[in-house]
Amino acid sequence: MSQDKLFLSNDILMSVEKPERYIGHEVNSCIKDPDSVRVRFAMCFPDVYEIGMSHLGIQILYDMFNSFDDVWCERVYSPWVDLDKVMRENNIPLFMLESQEPVKYADFLGITIQYEMCYTNILQILDLSGIPLESKDRNNDDPIVIGGGPCTYNPEPIADFFDIFYIGEGETRYRELIDLYEKCKDEGYSRDDFLIKAASIPGLYVPRFYNVEYNEDGTLKSFEPSCDGIPNKVRKEVVKNLDDTYYPKKPIVPYIRCIQDRVVLEIMRGCIRGCRFCQAGELYRPVRERGVDKLLETVYAMLDATGYEEVSLSSLSSSDYTHLPELLDNLIEECSKRKVNITLPSLRIDAFSLDVMNKVEDIKKSSVTFAPEAGSQRLRNVINKGLTEEDILSGAGQAIKGGWTKFKFYFMLGHPFETDEDIEGIGDLANKVAAEFFELVPKDKRTNGPISITVSTSFFVPKPFTAFQWAPQCTQDEFIRKAYVCRGGIANQLNQKRIHYNWHDADTSVIEALLARGDRKVSAVIRKVYEKGGIYDAWSDYYKHDRWIEAINECGLSLDFYAFRERGDEELFPWDFIDIGVSKAFLLKEYKKAARGEITYNCRHKCSGCGAASFGAGICPGVVKNGN
Amino acid sequence: MKKIRVRFTKHGAVRYIGHLDVMRYFQKCIRRAKVNVSYSAGYSPHQIMTFAAPLGVGLESEGEYMDLGIEDENPDCEAIKNALNEASVPEIRIRSVKVLPDTAGNAMASVYASAYEITFFDDKKDACPDVNKIRELIDKMNEMDHCIYHKETKKTSRDIDLKEFIYELKIGDSSDVPLIYMTINSSSADSIKPLFVMEFLMGLGNINLPANALKITRLDMYTQKEDGGLLSLDEVGI
Repeated sequence: MSQDKLFLSNDILMSVEKPERYIGHEVNSCIKDPDSVRVRFAMCFPDVYEIGMSHLGIQILYDMFNSFDDVWCERVYSPWVDLDKVMRENNIPLFMLESQEPVKYADFLGITIQYEMCYTNILQILDLSGIPLESKDRNNDDPIVIGGGPCTYNPEPIADFFDIFYIGEGETRYRELIDLYEKCKDEGYSRDDFLIKAASIPGLYVPRFYNVEYNEDGTLKSFEPSCDGIPNKVRKEVVKNLDDTYYPKKPIVPYIRCIQDRVVLEIMRGCIRGCRFCQAGELYRPVRERGVDKLLETVYAMLDATGYEEVSLSSLSSSDYTHLPELLDNLIEECSKRKVNITLPSLRIDAFSLDVMNKVEDIKKSSVTFAPEAGSQRLRNVINKGLTEEDILSGAGQAIKGGWTKFKFYFMLGHPFETDEDIEGIGDLANKVAAEFFELVPKDKRTNGPISITVSTSFFVPKPFTAFQWAPQCTQDEFIRKAYVCRGGIANQLNQKRIHYNWHDADTSVIEALLARGDRKVSAVIRKVYEKGGIYDAWSDYYKHDRWIEAINECGLSLDFYAFRERGDEELFPWDFIDIGVSKAFLLKEYKKAARGEITYNCRHKCSGCGAASFGAGICPGVVKNGN
Repeated sequence: MKKIRVRFTKHGAVRYIGHLDVMRYFQKCIRRAKVNVSYSAGYSPHQIMTFAAPLGVGLESEGEYMDLGIEDENPDCEAIKNALNEASVPEIRIRSVKVLPDTAGNAMASVYASAYEITFFDDKKDACPDVNKIRELIDKMNEMDHCIYHKETKKTSRDIDLKEFIYELKIGDSSDVPLIYMTINSSSADSIKPLFVMEFLMGLGNINLPANALKITRLDMYTQKEDGGLLSLDEVGI
C-alpha cells in the first residue's frame, strides 16, 4: 500500500485535534492485499483511539483474525467530536485505519462493548459508516454487525442494533463463523439465511430470531425463538486452555500516547473471589491461569517486537495467580537488564507485594492501593469482599514501615443492605491507617512527608449475572446523601486533615443501571438520546443527563422500573436466556446470604457449586490437569 | 559513551505525527533495533537522546537529526543504521549514522538554519501562481532591504523583519512545476517558519494563499561554521 494513502484530506487532518488518530500506518499494523482475502473484518472499539487501542481483547482478536490467510482484520474507532462534526457536514463515511477505506467495504463490523455508556457511540459508528441503525433495515450490501464483550451478557437494550452477538470469549468460534460466511457467499445464500445458520453456532445469539412478550407490569413474560432450529439458550464460549490459544506477540505500537502505553500481559482469566457486586467475577468463571513458561516467552517476544518501556500484568486479582512469585522473579531480573518498568495493578497489599513493589517502583512516588469497597466488616461480609480490617491494617502498617506515605482507598456507596454506620466506617478505617502512621513513624523519621490518604467512592450499579441483580439501586438523591454521610464520617476523625475525599457522579450511575439491566424497550431510549445529539456519554464533558431523562420520558419508561425497583425472586430477566455456567439459583442463594451477612468461600478454598464447573476447565473440581 | 548522529527522513502519512511523538517513536524503535544506547541514571532511566529543531505537523523531511549516546567506544554505524531501518516504518527511514567528534555540540544546541522545498498540494494547484510570477516575486523580495512581517502567536503579536532570518530564497529550474527553495533561521533562540516567508511572498503579489495549500519538505538542517558559513549537521559527524 502506498505510504501516502490516507482517507481524510490534508485540510481535514490539519484541522482536527490529534490527526494521528486517523492515519493508521503504525508499527505492527497488519496490511494485506484486499484481493488476496475473502473476508474483511472491521474491528471496532466505539470510543476514541487512545482508549480503543488500549484494549487487550481487540489485540488478541486482531492477531487471531489476521493469522487466518483468508481474512483481513482492520481497526475502527470513534472519530472524536471535532472530526465527527466534519464528517457529518461533508457526508464523509467512517473508514478503517489499515486500508484507509470505508467501513462499508467490510464483510463484518465487529464491535466490542466494554461499558454501557458507549451505547450511543455504537450508533455513531453505524451511522457514520452508512449502515442502517437497526438490523431489520439492513441488506446484503451492509456488513454483518456483530457485538462482543462484557456488556453483551445483557444484549437486550442494544439488541435491535446488532445482527449477531458473540457471547463469551472470542478465540473459540470465529473460525467457524467465517467458514459459514464464505460457504453462504459461495452458495448465494441471503443475509437472513446466513444469520439463521449462524444462530446455531454455539455462543452466537441472533436477536432478530427471538420473540419477546411482556407482562402488564412491564416485566418480561416470555422470551422464545421465533423459528425452528434456533436455540432457547445461548451458552457462553470459554477457552479451556489459555496456553493453547492466540496471544499477540507483535501488538500494534501507536504513535500517540494511549491509556495503555505498555505491553499488557494477561496472566489469568476469572477471579476466585466472588464479590457479590462484581460482574466480571461471575462472567469469566472458571478461573484459568496461564503457564509461566508461556507467559515469559510471550512477554519477551512482545517487548522485542514493540520496544515498549513498560510491562503491566493483567488479571482481575493478580495476587491470586498461583505462580506469581516465580513469574515476577524472572520478570524483575530480565526487565531490569532491559530497563523495562513493571507495573502491578490489582495486587493485594501484603509482605510479598510490598517487597515486589519495593523492587519495581520508587516508593516516594508510588502509592499503596486498597479496595475494601465497604467501610465496615459487616458490609464487607454482605458483599463478600474477603478483605478484613486486620488485613488492611497489617498491610498498611507494613507499607508505612517500608516508607510509603501515599495511600488510596476505593469504596462503593449504595450497596444493598447498607446502613449509615457502614458508611461512617469508611472514615474510621482511613483514620486508623493515619493513626498507624503517626504511631509507627517518629517525627524525625518522616522523611517522605506525612501520610496522605485519598478516599474515593463510586456509586453501586447492580449488574446482570451477579448476586445483586435483584437489588434496587439508590436514587441520585440517596447517593448524594450517602456521600455526605461519608464526608461527615471523615470530617469527624482525629486525622481528617490527612484524608482527602472525592466521590463520583451519581447521574451516570443511574443511567448505567438502566442500560445494564434493561430490556429491548430501552433501545428506543438509546436511539432517542443519539438522535438528540448524544455521543461520548462515557465522557463527563459530553454527557448530558437531561437528554437521557427526556428520552426516557418520551419513551414512556422510568428509572423507577429499571434502576430503583427490587426484582422478585421469580422474575424472568431479559438476560436469563444466556447461560454463563453460574446458575441463577446460585446467584439467588448468594443474594439471600448477603442479606444475612454470610460469606461464601473463594473458589480455591472451597467450591461453592456455582455451576461453572460444567465447563470442565481451570480451577474447578474434577478438571483433569495436564493429562494426569 | 560515544555520541552518534542519526539523519532520518519523514514522509507520507507520518507527517501528521508531532515532534514529541516522533521522540517517543524513536525511543521504542531504538529498543526494537537493540541499539546499545546509553541511559541516564535513576529510578526511571531514559535514553540519552537529543533532537534538532522540531518539524511542524504536516511537513515532510529529508533531513531530521537525532543524537544518541552509545555504550560502545567504536560504534558500528552501518550496523546501527541497518538495525534502525529494519525496526522502523517505511515512512521513516534512516539515511546516515555517524560518530560525532567529542567536541561537537548536540543537535538541538547547534542547529542554526533549515533548508526547505515548497510546492503546492495537488488539491490546491488552482491557487498556485505560474512559475514566472513566483520568480518575479522572489526577485522582488530578494532586492528588498526589509521585509516586515506581522507575526501573531497565541499570546503576542509583533513585527519582524524576515530578511534577518532568510539566508537564501530561490525558485527551482523547472519551467512548469513551481518549486521554491529557502534556507531560513531555525535556531532554538530565534527562528521563523517557512510559511511566514510564503505568506509575505504571496502578499507582495496580492495573491491569496489558502490554508493548507503548501507541501513543505525540510531538505536539511545546518550549523554555523566559525566563518559564518553553513555546514550540514550531517557533515559534523565522521
